[in-house]
Amino acid sequence: MLSIKNIHASVEGKQILNGINLEVKAGEVHAIMGPNGSGKSTLASILAGREDYEVTEGSVFFEGNDMLELSPEDRAREGLFLAFQYPVEIPGVSTTNFIKTALNEKRKYNGQEPLDAVSFLKMMKQKMQLVEIDKSLLTRSINEGFSGGEKKRNEIFQMAMLEPKLAILDETDSGLDIDALRIVANGVNKLRNENRAIIVITHYQRLLDYLQPDFVHVLVNGRIVRSGTKELALELEEKGYDFLKDELSLAEAL
Amino acid sequence: MKEEIDVLEQTVASDYKYGFVTDIDTDVVPKGLSAEVIRIISTKKNEPEWMLNWRLKAYHHWLTMEEPEWANVHYPPINFQDIIYYAAPKKKNKLNNLDEVDPELLKTFDKLGISLNEQKRLTGVAVDVVMDSVSVATSFKKQLSEIGVIFCSMSEAIQDHPDLVKKYLGSVVPMTDNYFAALNAAVFTDGSFCFIPKGVRCPMELSTYFRINTEGAGQFERTLIVAEDEAYVSYLEGCTAPMRDENQLHAAVVELVAHTKSEIKYSTVQNWYPGDENGKGGVYNFVTKRGICQGDHSKISWTQVETGSAITWKYPSVILKGDNSIGEFYSVALTNNKQQADTGTKMLHIGKNTRSRIVSKGISAGRSQNSYRGLVRAGKNALNARNYSQCDSLLLGDKCGAHTFPYIESKNKTAVIEHEATTSKIGEDQLFYCRQRGIDAETAVALIVTGFAKEVMNQLPMEFAVEAQKLLAISLEGSVG
Ligand SMILES: Nc1ncnc2c1ncn2[C@@H]1O[C@H](COP(=O)(O)OP(=O)(O)O)[C@@H](O)[C@H]1O
Ligand SMILES: [Mg+2]
Repeated sequence: MLSIKNIHASVEGKQILNGINLEVKAGEVHAIMGPNGSGKSTLASILAGREDYEVTEGSVFFEGNDMLELSPEDRAREGLFLAFQYPVEIPGVSTTNFIKTALNEKRKYNGQEPLDAVSFLKMMKQKMQLVEIDKSLLTRSINEGFSGGEKKRNEIFQMAMLEPKLAILDETDSGLDIDALRIVANGVNKLRNENRAIIVITHYQRLLDYLQPDFVHVLVNGRIVRSGTKELALELEEKGYDFLKDELSLAEAL
Repeated sequence: MKEEIDVLEQTVASDYKYGFVTDIDTDVVPKGLSAEVIRIISTKKNEPEWMLNWRLKAYHHWLTMEEPEWANVHYPPINFQDIIYYAAPKKKNKLNNLDEVDPELLKTFDKLGISLNEQKRLTGVAVDVVMDSVSVATSFKKQLSEIGVIFCSMSEAIQDHPDLVKKYLGSVVPMTDNYFAALNAAVFTDGSFCFIPKGVRCPMELSTYFRINTEGAGQFERTLIVAEDEAYVSYLEGCTAPMRDENQLHAAVVELVAHTKSEIKYSTVQNWYPGDENGKGGVYNFVTKRGICQGDHSKISWTQVETGSAITWKYPSVILKGDNSIGEFYSVALTNNKQQADTGTKMLHIGKNTRSRIVSKGISAGRSQNSYRGLVRAGKNALNARNYSQCDSLLLGDKCGAHTFPYIESKNKTAVIEHEATTSKIGEDQLFYCRQRGIDAETAVALIVTGFAKEVMNQLPMEFAVEAQKLLAISLEGSVG
């Protein structure tokens, strides 16, 4: 589904990613871990098509399409979803209106009619239960005055509504208390299926306890220094990044 | 909400879509302004002597006045001798009903989305249609007259209700008020007249649709709305003009009189031709609008959505004379390309416990300049007067300007006047967030702008709110990227 080959990228002239390789297949859940500033959000931004970031080398193919050629909105319409680390406020635009606009743009791209009001409401109701989000939140201006947890839950709700093929969750777990984390994790688990891939960016084992990823990758200094199964995350949790000393010094030397 | 989305879907590339010209036989008085031209206009309209004298008095006063220069707008001097002051679609005889309206006119207004056919209108909205200098049709007149509501063109009011016109015309905006108001008083050709008698809640929206058609013609309409004690009316005006390379002058006057416990809600969706992206052509919209809360507990509310015109110079105001009266001003002014807008309001608190509220949302794109100018004055006797003003500006890009000029004058210590202002830019973060969800940049901007203007849009009557949202989206086309 997603094939990242040797991606190098920079922002404002500063080199951040130094050759990332990653293969993700439908149905898989990958976790990307790594210290602050290692380039995790940068990778997510590049996949989503943020324009400040320049890809200097490498390629990304998504479902056989050269993704770097597509505009951010077309990537989204093709089925890429990014749950933002810092969701953005849009005053005066309700979450409902926002999602409806997004959904219908995607449908239009795929040659479908806009969803009628009844079907839309029905879908909303169903997905609201899935991610345990309160209706009152959806009538408010999107993300405006939302608590950290509400913002993150809202991201997962949008993911549920937009039904992406590939979802990237950028630190969706950070800043959540244990109950909120459980709700978010449950929501994500319910959205897992054999056609959908998920990349979870996180610092913490606790989200992975819920999600049980198929693969774990450690990103340091713009490179994936180690890949493994969920046991790798446990090892990291126990020993910290230091146990990857060799890989770390290698990455730093580069 | 459904409409909100549908509207945005229609944000496909389209230029000013009201820019066509109707080919219709027109009766035109040659260009130029003089006492003679005023006499001709008055004669054509078969006006009584007092009306002519009023016009001439205004004209002579106007000759002594200077064109104002204090607004934050720039344009070459207007040649008042190069304007046509009277242009009217020819009609064969007095219309008995709407079926007799020239089919070419009906087609024009159908094209503009204004159906003159009463049966075809979905809900009860009575409409008076003014093309160039004259009113061509008014719908639902009969139904309204049954409950005592007078809704007709100003020309008809002068003929049929001279006492009311004499009593109220110029009572809120005197003919000497300002340069353009004096000009209007001298040459005004038509407009709407609404009179809501004591205790009547007008059961339908009243609206006037203004259309400039003839090349070189100015439009000088005059609207007068009177609500007697405990009456209520909601009135809406809309306007469009063909695309032309030269500028056209629109200098209107609107007067509102609200008696005890009455309420007048006045909404405008202004979409005169704004000129092209290089600032060529477009309407100069120099308008004086003022209402007086004459009686205690009366209320006047102005709502405006201003997207058109090359230059807008307009300050709908309220004189809060009656005790406990309320004045409101809700405004969205959007400028794009090289448009200039200097708009705002005056809230003049005279009576006790008077309250006013100002919500102004300015949106600037392209190389446009958008100014809010507002005066809040609490007089000596305006005990416990209250004002709250909120002026927000949104900038798209870095070649446009937003300016705020609030003036506050308080002559008594019990008055409380609050002013808040913000300026923001549509952020890259907001745009990227939308685009990541599959919403392209242009639709995203329309969505963000609609959200920004929501508080004002909510004030509009439902069916016009949809139209207004469409307008905002369309007016922003080409402002992204
Ligand atoms: N827009 C930007 N401008 C300048 N530097 C940036 C920008 N975005 C990220 N960086 C820098 O790139 C590095 C990687 O950041 P990021 O991808 O956010 O890391 P992570 O998500 O792993 O914490 C950091 O040193 C950060 O300061
Ligand atoms: Mg990050």
